[in-house]
Amino acid sequence: MERAFPQGPLSRWQAGEGRGGGNRSPNHVIGATPMPAAALAPSPDTPAALAVERVSLSFGGVVALSEVDLSVAPGEIRAIIGPNGAGKSSLLNVVSGLYKPDQGRVWLSGHSFAQTPTDRLAHLGVARTFQNLALFKGLSVLDNVASGLTHSLRAGVLAQIVGSPLARREKRAVEERAEEAIAFFHLDSYRDRPVGGLPYGVQKRVELARALIARPHLLLLDEPMAGMTLTEKRELTGYIRAVRDRHNTTIVLIEHDIGVVMGLSDRIAVLDYGRRIADGTPEEIRNNQTVIDAYLGVAHDLEAGEGI
Amino acid sequence: MTDAVLKPSETSASGLPLTALGVGALLVVAFGVLPLVGGEYLFDAILTPFLALALAGLGLNILTGYTGQVSLGSSAFMAVGAYAAYNLSLRLPGLPFLLDILLAGVVAAAVGLVFGLPSLRLRGFYLAVSTLAAQFFVQWVFNKFGWFSNGSASGVITVPPLTIAGVALDGSVGRYLFSLSVVTLVTLLVWRITRSATGRSLIAVRDHETAARVIGVPVLRVKLFAFGLSSFVIGVAGVLWAFAYLRTIEPAGFNLDRSFQILFIVIIGGLASIRGAFLGAGLIVVFPLVLARLGEALLGGLFDSGVLEMSQRIVLGLLIIGFLIAEPAGLSALLDRALLNRGWRRLTARARP
Ligand SMILES: Nc1ncnc2c1ncn2[C@@H]1O[C@H](COP(=O)(O)OP(=O)(O)OP(=O)(O)O)[C@@H](O)[C@H]1O
Ligand SMILES: [Mg+2]
Repeated sequence: MERAFPQGPLSRWQAGEGRGGGNRSPNHVIGATPMPAAALAPSPDTPAALAVERVSLSFGGVVALSEVDLSVAPGEIRAIIGPNGAGKSSLLNVVSGLYKPDQGRVWLSGHSFAQTPTDRLAHLGVARTFQNLALFKGLSVLDNVASGLTHSLRAGVLAQIVGSPLARREKRAVEERAEEAIAFFHLDSYRDRPVGGLPYGVQKRVELARALIARPHLLLLDEPMAGMTLTEKRELTGYIRAVRDRHNTTIVLIEHDIGVVMGLSDRIAVLDYGRRIADGTPEEIRNNQTVIDAYLGVAHDLEAGEGI
Repeated sequence: MTDAVLKPSETSASGLPLTALGVGALLVVAFGVLPLVGGEYLFDAILTPFLALALAGLGLNILTGYTGQVSLGSSAFMAVGAYAAYNLSLRLPGLPFLLDILLAGVVAAAVGLVFGLPSLRLRGFYLAVSTLAAQFFVQWVFNKFGWFSNGSASGVITVPPLTIAGVALDGSVGRYLFSLSVVTLVTLLVWRITRSATGRSLIAVRDHETAARVIGVPVLRVKLFAFGLSSFVIGVAGVLWAFAYLRTIEPAGFNLDRSFQILFIVIIGGLASIRGAFLGAGLIVVFPLVLARLGEALLGGLFDSGVLEMSQRIVLGLLIIGFLIAEPAGLSALLDRALLNRGWRRLTARARP
């Protein structure tokens, strides 16, 4: 693939490298104004990091998605919101190939798929987290995080058993990267604990670390903040923004906390009953009558920053 | 089922130096001391079968404990290993026996791969039932086709005496030392694998197949690898069973009972734990002997041996159930806790003036 196994340290995470990294603080408070979305809207000359084209999906009689279009510009933080059962998770599952849409296509880094090959997802530079924790309960935090680099390993089993130079080099590099991710997410004190028994918020962070250690071009987050306290949400918002700012990672985010969404995203798509009923900047969504009727309810909810 | 909170005890980094010391001491005793002091009964009735069963447990643990694929066909792969080694030594007398063992393991692995194919579509209970097919099919083949037993009636074979590089190892101590060496080597191999990235992928597949797929774990390949490696190890255990322990075997000896015995070893010892296989095998081998002695001493005059044996089984079954309710993570977890407690006490004792 175009991204060879990374040998260098993870220090890119600490260095303020990447688009616009200089002028934005990673610890932005929730609700602050994001950069103007106009600059991020897909234009004919910059291909989208992700595009979903007229995707429909149904389960038996239940229509989960109906002719949904979505385009995500490189480096954009793109939120998908909508009431429960609107089809948000189904859309991410289609993008990651876990569901095969009845019709429509998914474009990822220049390839178009009727069904995304999940086995190649990591190679395509896509990582994701799940709405319900999807960790490897029996593995330590370190091993969970390290497993995020599985796709990049070249050494075969025999090489690993005898400890060939390649295997040893890879093992060291993976451990180094995992340590850095663990430090970045303040997971040091849990490093060697099996994740099974850790607090929910910690497990959410481990999952995010596992996704990010691969330095994906595209990161799909399904309700990363569900069940978190306000402090934890604020912290995680900072992480997500930092990842985008430093690596220009494109992020698609499903989130119910409207306060978080409005503060963090460049553009927001709204789903309802499997249809995309609106798409635009936070400002546009805030004032969209259809959205208010279908999802947001009375407008002052927005200011409260409460979950819906 | 296996995605309960099972912690691979080997990954606890804190106990590592202690573990290394313990293993070293055990090896010194097993290789250096026991052969000098032990009697025939100790080797023939306890240690050699213990080693073979522990190795079989280790093999099943790769598949069930680490990878989460339930199998009820373990003894079939033992049989394949045993009969393969027998036929190799019979038909290719020029090959050194060590190579026979290796090839027997490879044959068992190949058969294991074939019976592992359903795991690509089936899981849990359905997979367990399909591994039963291996159990019955293999037993049937060895019964039905005389070629495998060199034409002997009902598949009974008597293996040639154990000789490695011209050195006869057919005494009790020799067969024990041979088993010990093979088990040590294979355990080292398995230990390396469980500690590698491949070992991580096994557990990833067990704990969350979808997440594993998303991060690029080749799930199908990993499952087949687990079936192959597991069958290899169990096949080698079968060679030990036939050549070092029983020396005369028949297909009926590798029946469903034996498969369950190996499954018990893994469950009692602790899933996804290397030492668990040894602890579990120790319990399964030693406990019935102790019970038998006790039963005979206490009630020998009152009941005939059939009743005694049956009641032994009942007692053993009850003990297993009781134990698993008290400690679902197995003997290995029990040992972990005991060591942790001792270490903790020593630390706190030292901290006090
Ligand atoms: N695997 C599945 N099998 C059957 N129905 C499904 C499946 N996945 C989703 N659905 C149905 O599709 C619809 C959309 O579900 P989805 O999980 O995508 O909603 P969502 O927007 O993520 O909701 P939530 O906010 O509750 O997570 C629902 O009616 C759901 O019941
Ligand atoms: Mg959802």
